[in-house]
Amino acid sequence: MSDMMDDMDEGGEGVVKKFMFVNRKAPHGTIYALEGLEVVLVSAAFDQDVSLVFVDDGVYELIKGVNTKGIEVKDFSKTYRALEGYDVEKLYVEKSSMDARGLTEEDLIVDVTVLDSTEMANLMAEQDVVISY
Amino acid sequence: MLNIVNKSATERNSLESALRMATKGSAVLLIEDAVYAATQGSVAAAKIQSAMADVQIYALGPDLDARGMTSRVLDGVKVVDYGGFVDLVTEHNCCQSWL
Repeated sequence: MSDMMDDMDEGGEGVVKKFMFVNRKAPHGTIYALEGLEVVLVSAAFDQDVSLVFVDDGVYELIKGVNTKGIEVKDFSKTYRALEGYDVEKLYVEKSSMDARGLTEEDLIVDVTVLDSTEMANLMAEQDVVISY
Repeated sequence: MLNIVNKSATERNSLESALRMATKGSAVLLIEDAVYAATQGSVAAAKIQSAMADVQIYALGPDLDARGMTSRVLDGVKVVDYGGFVDLVTEHNCCQSWL
């Protein structure tokens, strides 16, 4: 068993890629936001360099003060706060997406880095893998 | 006519079309992701506000709650619960869902 673990560790070294997950959908109206979050949690198990970005309606995923009791679905907004425990700590939002929705960092459930569109584009350009929802 | 919109105004043009076709005295009910349009600071808020001169705008409360938007609802928008949704359907002779 320990040999097997060693093999797995060896196999995992040196292949850390930059993964970016792009969230562009509001929560609840479609399944994209929740499913996207599930994929991020799975990918965290593979020790990759993960960034999460929120643009367009995706910024609505991070709003605090959510109560989903009335629509009888899971409130997964709190899961974003648990990402830190999975070593997913790079969260970015696009400023113009926030501005268009009257939102500020104060409205969000997690600490994020706010980027302008050029900075966001540059961050996207330096990734090995981009997965967009 | 009760016009029902369920898509985000910053992702689709359903709300824009519904408001364009809504006649004076008709109602527009925002549900699901459409409720974001009725919140302060949203780019769609201006469209809602100018439409309110001719059309009554409603938003579904449980959908606002689920999106953390209840405290941000625009003045003049009436928030209804599921019972209120049913009442609106029965009060109007016809419903149109702008999917």
